[in-house]
Amino acid sequence: MPTLSHYLVLSAVLFSIGTAGVFLRRNLIAILLSVEIMLNAVNLTFVAVGRYIGSVEGQIIMFFVMTVAAAEAAIGLAIVIALFRQRETLNPDAFTALKW
Amino acid sequence: MTTVLRLIPLFPFVGFLVNVFLGRRLSKRVSGGIACLAMLASFLVGAIATWTLVQRPSDARVVDDTVFLWIASGDFQIPLTFRLDPLAALMVLVVTGVGFLIHLYSVSYMHEETDGEYARYFSYLNLFASFMLVLVLGANFLVMFVGWEGVGLCSYLLIGFWFKKRSAADAGKKAFVVNRIGDFAFIVGMLLAFREFGTLDFREIAFEAARLSPEVTFGLISLMTLLFFIGATGKSAQIPLYVWLPDAMEGPTPVSALIHAATMVTAGVYMIGRNAALFSLAPITMDVVAVIGTATALMAGTIGLVQNDIKRVLAYSTVSQLGYMFLAMGVGAFAGGIFHLYTHAFFKALLFLGSGAVIHALHGEQDIRNMGGLRRDLPITYWTFVIGALAIAGVPGLSGFFSKDEILYRTFAGGHTLLWTVGAITSLLTATYMFRLVFLTFHGERPESAGSTAHHGGSDHGHGAGHGPAHLHDAPPTMAVPLVLLAIGSVVAGYVGVPHALGGANRIEGFLEPSFHPVAVHAPAEAGVGGGHGETAAHGEESPDADAHGGASVELTLMGVSSLIALTGIGLASVFFLRRRELAQATAARLPAVYRTLLNKYYVDEVYDATVVHPIQRTSERVLWKTVDAGMIDGIVNGAGAFVRGSAALLRLSQTGSVRVYAASIFIGVLLVVGYYLVR
Repeated sequence: MPTLSHYLVLSAVLFSIGTAGVFLRRNLIAILLSVEIMLNAVNLTFVAVGRYIGSVEGQIIMFFVMTVAAAEAAIGLAIVIALFRQRETLNPDAFTALKW
Repeated sequence: MTTVLRLIPLFPFVGFLVNVFLGRRLSKRVSGGIACLAMLASFLVGAIATWTLVQRPSDARVVDDTVFLWIASGDFQIPLTFRLDPLAALMVLVVTGVGFLIHLYSVSYMHEETDGEYARYFSYLNLFASFMLVLVLGANFLVMFVGWEGVGLCSYLLIGFWFKKRSAADAGKKAFVVNRIGDFAFIVGMLLAFREFGTLDFREIAFEAARLSPEVTFGLISLMTLLFFIGATGKSAQIPLYVWLPDAMEGPTPVSALIHAATMVTAGVYMIGRNAALFSLAPITMDVVAVIGTATALMAGTIGLVQNDIKRVLAYSTVSQLGYMFLAMGVGAFAGGIFHLYTHAFFKALLFLGSGAVIHALHGEQDIRNMGGLRRDLPITYWTFVIGALAIAGVPGLSGFFSKDEILYRTFAGGHTLLWTVGAITSLLTATYMFRLVFLTFHGERPESAGSTAHHGGSDHGHGAGHGPAHLHDAPPTMAVPLVLLAIGSVVAGYVGVPHALGGANRIEGFLEPSFHPVAVHAPAEAGVGGGHGETAAHGEESPDADAHGGASVELTLMGVSSLIALTGIGLASVFFLRRRELAQATAARLPAVYRTLLNKYYVDEVYDATVVHPIQRTSERVLWKTVDAGMIDGIVNGAGAFVRGSAALLRLSQTGSVRVYAASIFIGVLLVVGYYLVR
């Protein structure tokens, strides 16, 4: 029978994988995917803790997060397409013009 | 009666307002007329007020007019009060009377200015008179100080009236700055007086000071009066602050007459007279005043002997005569000093206006070496000028004789034999340099080269084109009338003070005396003024009557001596500068060092330049400007900017534009924050 700590460990592992992906991947789409993994790791935590303390609020927040993640994915992918049209590349290091 | 007093300074002030705001749109006739009328109205009100004052018994001749409570802060109560007493009344009449004549004279003297300039001139002139009247009528130090500063301001404006000329602008600044030094001491003295007496009202101070015991007040009052005296040396052109006055000749000639005769320079003498009770309690200050006055009189007299600018000679003679007045104040002859001030106002205004008429006729020529023989062409100017010169020289029968003799007699009677000797020598000098002026200007022949040099040098008047040098015109009526009236004044003004020894009543002294001893009025037993100040007490033991009778023969002798001195001086001048001019040049050539020292005014200006002006300029430039301002203050301001820019450049390095670096820094930040709470 998995306990709360199992879920939390899994969530932490997923979050770390996502974070590492954001830092290490050289592809914008992969970075967006990694961000999704991080969000879902957080979702898992919410649900698990909600279940553990007998509250539905964890699940409510999870739905919020999913909605936001969907919107974010749509906008993020649109930006990625716009960027690709500009530079013909998806390497984030190519997009450093946003500075003074 | 009481509310009338405020009208006296108000009239010229209204004249000032009209001319300063509407002047450009008014014709010369209107703006000059308004200015003159304002002075005339002021004079008439002053005369009526004085007449009413004289009707009262002599111990009740004080009228106050409190306009409003000016400053009220706890115990510090300063009402704006005007006060008329005999001393103030005399000053009001001199300021408005002589001032009116000078205004009248200016109407034609300044007629070549444009309308706007003309109105500007008269607005300053009115403002000057107004401030002087505030000074004279003020019942406490602060009101007096308003006038005191006001005349300083107006002297700056009027001396620098032709401000496009650099020397005039500089002279105005010099007058202002030198006066400021004296004013500073005056302010400190005023604060000291307030701290000690808790009031600034002249009468109350006199009462308070009389009540304190000598041991308590000795040092304090000496210090206070010395500070006031320093203020007076600035306004009244005494050593060491007299240097502004000769330079003040850069202003229009009527302004010189106004500053030197009726107003401004008399302020210091008046101030000491106003605080006679206080000064009498400080024998040390009195000695200082007497010595400084005598030294100034002698020094200025010797300088005046060799100067070549007609107005400068008169300027030094003013400084010298002011020295006399301070000598009188210093030996306790307050009435004598004020008497001399009053007669001096007539003949010095006359002499200045006369010199203005000469300058006007010669189209701006001021150098007496280029003058001569003018007595044929300018008869009115000549005769009035001679009367003025006779009066200032102290020839018996004219006003200067009575006042100067009074001063010398009181000096001698007070036991100051040395001061008397120097005063007598100065009297000789006065007669000599005045008649040198008369002889060089009006007698002899005009040098051939004079016509061609008339347009450069110390040109006071910008006009001249279109007039041939041969065509000289005497003063026009508006200039001649003031000259004649002042000449009459110079003769008869002295007869209000005919000394007891000549069978007169010396009415002016009796009239003025209550003003100098506000305390004594209420304690008649102590009324004596005696032969000056003693070592221990302010009031001498013997009464003035006994003094006068006992010294009648001495006084007569002294009178004879001083008449002789005056005539000798005139005689000397006639030998050196009329009959045998080569003798004067030979004397000058034989004593080149003396001559050059005198011509260069003892190098006082140079010494001041070297010891005060240049060090200040150098400190200002090198330390204050280049080090403090450019280095430190600008350094702080620029440094603040440079610091922000430098630190921003460092911070900018962290803005790489790389999304992953930002993400990493957010992550690390979160780790740190969370880690902090976990570890704690």
